[in-house]
Amino acid sequence: MSLTRRSLLGTTAAAATAIGAARSGRAQAANTIKIGVLNDQSGPYRDTGGVTSVACTKLAVAEFASKGFNVEVVAADHQNKPDVGAEIARQWYDRDGVDMIIDVPTSSVALAVAGVAKEKNKLHINVGAATSDLTGKSCAPSLIHWCYDTYMLAKSTGGATVKAGGDSWFFVTADYAFGQQLQKDTTAFVTAAGGKVMGSVAYPFPGTTDFSSFLLQAQASGAKVLGLCNAGGDTVNSIKQAHEFGIKMKLAAMLMFITDVNALGLDVAQGLSLTESFYWDLNDRTRAFTERAKKVTPNNWPNMVHAGCYSGTLHFLKAVADLGIDAVKKGTGTTIAERMKAMPTDDDAFGKGSIRADGRGLFKSYLFQVKTPAESKGKWDYYKVMGETSATEAWRPLADGGCYYLKS
Amino acid sequence: MFMIFGYPSALLFGQLLLGLINGAFYALLSLGLAIIFGMLNIVNFSHGALFMLGAFVAWGLLEFLGISYWWSLLLAPIIVGAFGVLLEKVFIARLYKLDHLYGLLLTFGLALVIEGLARNQFGSSGMPFAIPKQLQGATDLGFMFMPNYRGWVVAASAGMCLLVWLVIEKTSLGATLRAATENPAIVQSFGINVPRMITLTYAAGVALAAFAGVLAAPIYSVNPNMGASFIITVFAVVVIGGMGSIAGSIVTGFGLGIVEGLTKVFYPQGSSVVIFVVMVIVLLTRPAGLFGKGGH
Amino acid sequence: MFGFSRPQGISFVIMLAAVIISPAFFYPILLMKVLCFALFACAYNLLIGYVGLGSFGHAAFFGMGGYVAAYAAKKWGLDPALAIIAGGLVGAALGAVFGWLAIGRQGIYFAMITLALSQMVFFFCTQASFTGGEDGIQQVPRGKLFGMISLQDDMAMYTVVAVIFLVTFLLIHRIVHSPFGQVLKAIRENEPRATSLGYRTDDYKMLVFILSAGIAGIAGGTKSIVFGIATLTDVANAQSGEVILMTLVGGMGTIFGPVLGALILNFIESYLAQLGAWFAVTQGVIFVLCIMFFRRGILGELAARLKVAL
Repeated sequence: MSLTRRSLLGTTAAAATAIGAARSGRAQAANTIKIGVLNDQSGPYRDTGGVTSVACTKLAVAEFASKGFNVEVVAADHQNKPDVGAEIARQWYDRDGVDMIIDVPTSSVALAVAGVAKEKNKLHINVGAATSDLTGKSCAPSLIHWCYDTYMLAKSTGGATVKAGGDSWFFVTADYAFGQQLQKDTTAFVTAAGGKVMGSVAYPFPGTTDFSSFLLQAQASGAKVLGLCNAGGDTVNSIKQAHEFGIKMKLAAMLMFITDVNALGLDVAQGLSLTESFYWDLNDRTRAFTERAKKVTPNNWPNMVHAGCYSGTLHFLKAVADLGIDAVKKGTGTTIAERMKAMPTDDDAFGKGSIRADGRGLFKSYLFQVKTPAESKGKWDYYKVMGETSATEAWRPLADGGCYYLKS
Repeated sequence: MFMIFGYPSALLFGQLLLGLINGAFYALLSLGLAIIFGMLNIVNFSHGALFMLGAFVAWGLLEFLGISYWWSLLLAPIIVGAFGVLLEKVFIARLYKLDHLYGLLLTFGLALVIEGLARNQFGSSGMPFAIPKQLQGATDLGFMFMPNYRGWVVAASAGMCLLVWLVIEKTSLGATLRAATENPAIVQSFGINVPRMITLTYAAGVALAAFAGVLAAPIYSVNPNMGASFIITVFAVVVIGGMGSIAGSIVTGFGLGIVEGLTKVFYPQGSSVVIFVVMVIVLLTRPAGLFGKGGH
Repeated sequence: MFGFSRPQGISFVIMLAAVIISPAFFYPILLMKVLCFALFACAYNLLIGYVGLGSFGHAAFFGMGGYVAAYAAKKWGLDPALAIIAGGLVGAALGAVFGWLAIGRQGIYFAMITLALSQMVFFFCTQASFTGGEDGIQQVPRGKLFGMISLQDDMAMYTVVAVIFLVTFLLIHRIVHSPFGQVLKAIRENEPRATSLGYRTDDYKMLVFILSAGIAGIAGGTKSIVFGIATLTDVANAQSGEVILMTLVGGMGTIFGPVLGALILNFIESYLAQLGAWFAVTQGVIFVLCIMFFRRGILGELAARLKVAL
């Protein structure tokens, strides 16, 4: 009965104003670059991305000194549904003159939006989704994957957990592209390091809030490690309920953000290992960025997705300025993507980085451990750095991805 | 921990407990539906939304007024029950003369509005609701680990179901209710205010749903979709049990919960459809339902 | 013409004109969506308007038709016309199964059984590998119609969808205005009487159920090809509720009502979208108001005022 069916255009003002605006895409001012932030604003990933991603995108726009063109930002909620996301993307590209779509968490939606971007040769910078397929078998010349993916998570968190003695695993997995890919990538690292996967269970996504039945199965398997291949609200609930049921296994939260740690509280989350490519307290530059971001998002300090929206937007705008607005309007998404790959990235959030030929953003990944309540000096002071992987080592090697458009 | 049929006892009993808990909710909700259907001949499609409202009221009472869970168990059903009175008087009462289908469609529409408003306000992911302090922690029973709160849920709902059954079957109020279901005109001629009885019955059914909602809040997180995911399974439970019988809906509710829990052990992929499969089998063999009274 | 009365003929001409002219003013993808849902609503109307059976699980046929067409077009490389037909056939087959279990019951029970059965289909779709679970079947190619005409261009696709809609619409109308349709009318108005006249009413109801399910499958299949994606949304209960609302708002039992209902609701959804999730609330409110005060729907009321049949 919950008719969660579409809210197609979100806050796009153009939608409501014109019955005859169907073809207005072309009437769009030739001097305006339009960015669309598409993500989950009401479901399990609303804190991971949500309105904070929009705020960080707008922050980047505000900080980018205008080089002869205007920038407009629109946003919409894809409700974690591939058909809704694809419809919005299609309308944005076709009808509303959007030049670039950013964020799009939830890998099933990301794949659908990537498909639309490929079909129309328009630019999509994915920040929020995890599936490493975006630079692998689902890659596209106008598609860029910014600051994290399942391979990087599996290598960092998975590798570290196995090294610390976790050699038998049981997975509780969100049953869609993201969970499945994360489980696959983690399994590869576990078995490569000599470990064993005792079993797994996949649960319906979205909509599952009670994980007790799956946790019981995990416990019964006798594995040492409980691998959680889920994210956001699901991870928070799984961990809380694991405590409730006295699950004695070591918890490996394969994807966890500082926003989730905040929701759990340090009492429950302490000691957990996780991987992110951004943390506000890493260095002076990240601290400076966080100060600026705090002003526009006081309740939710930036995690790597939010920082990624900022960073990706900034680099995109630099590429547009470099190409010139006319070239951008006449060209395709691939034109801009290629320029973005040619220019190295540099911003306060991630420091210096680059984009690889297959669209893979190359940044350092950090292994963090959650502090105990005693170690933490205040709210959001949650992480200790336990290790880092360099920008070249953290990601799947170019040759292994199987991306079709790379000239070998 | 020992093994049964090749499965660890902790797993078997754990899933059985979870199954009983689900069954507890099925029983409470189908009981409410059965009561409402018996008196009003309306299939209350908004039952799931009212269940969800019960959880939200409990959350609101805690969040804004600091009223604890224990008081909410009493207050939420009263508040949501009052809302039910409003719904019955303003909307549902007008449809008694029409085809049953319209009642179904109306309550369906009401559910949409209630759930939509909740989703607008709170998003679709919901809010956490802490387990009350007295029920936190778990008891190690040796053959399994039982979270105290979940044990409480089974006890509370079994108790409530028993109470309702006693009232309906063993008290004079219950007798009047049953009489009014069978022949309202004669009961009216005894001087009993049947329309008011109908309204109060609807409120009672709704209150039961809200009670279940409060029980559910710490387990499922208070989220706008919690009713929608239950309601259809509850309909299947009702079809299996047969619409007529109060005891029938209680027994069927708990029983199917257990069946579902066991399926999760032996064949997890089938656990979401097993109740519907049972429904199909029952429809083919006993069309009136297991405890139903005659015809369709 | 086509057995239409004068008011119906005029309505048909208006509808035809709208179908032909609208792509010049509106986004073709939105229009195609309207046409697919209009077809779905017409299929639903066949069952509830003409036979009086309120199914609450029609999304199962719509969605399964969509999945099958998507799979056929993507994995088997079938011609889009064949893929859509495959979707329709599967919808009809599923309708036969549902019908066998549900026909013979009335009103509420019928609704609840169809609802529960469609929920079963939903759960099946979340697990079956061919549906792709939560991801759905993505990147469904539009293909080349009859191996020659590429449907990649939105206008080409629109023409095809418009033709599918108009032909099926006329087919439905023909069925309703035929001796078969007369028997249906008799069954709706007084089933015991029809039985006493020797008609095997359950067989007639079953036939209409299968037909309704099959057309819903065609509508779903067409939608998958247009949007290139088939997902769980199409088999979810919410979808069943939406088609009921479209039919109700437009006018149950009228020929053009479901089309109007589909048009209104899809346009509201598209242009109200900036109000965010208020669309669900709006739908609920429209539902409640319709049931309370406006049971005949827009065209139903209009027809009653003008004392014609629409």
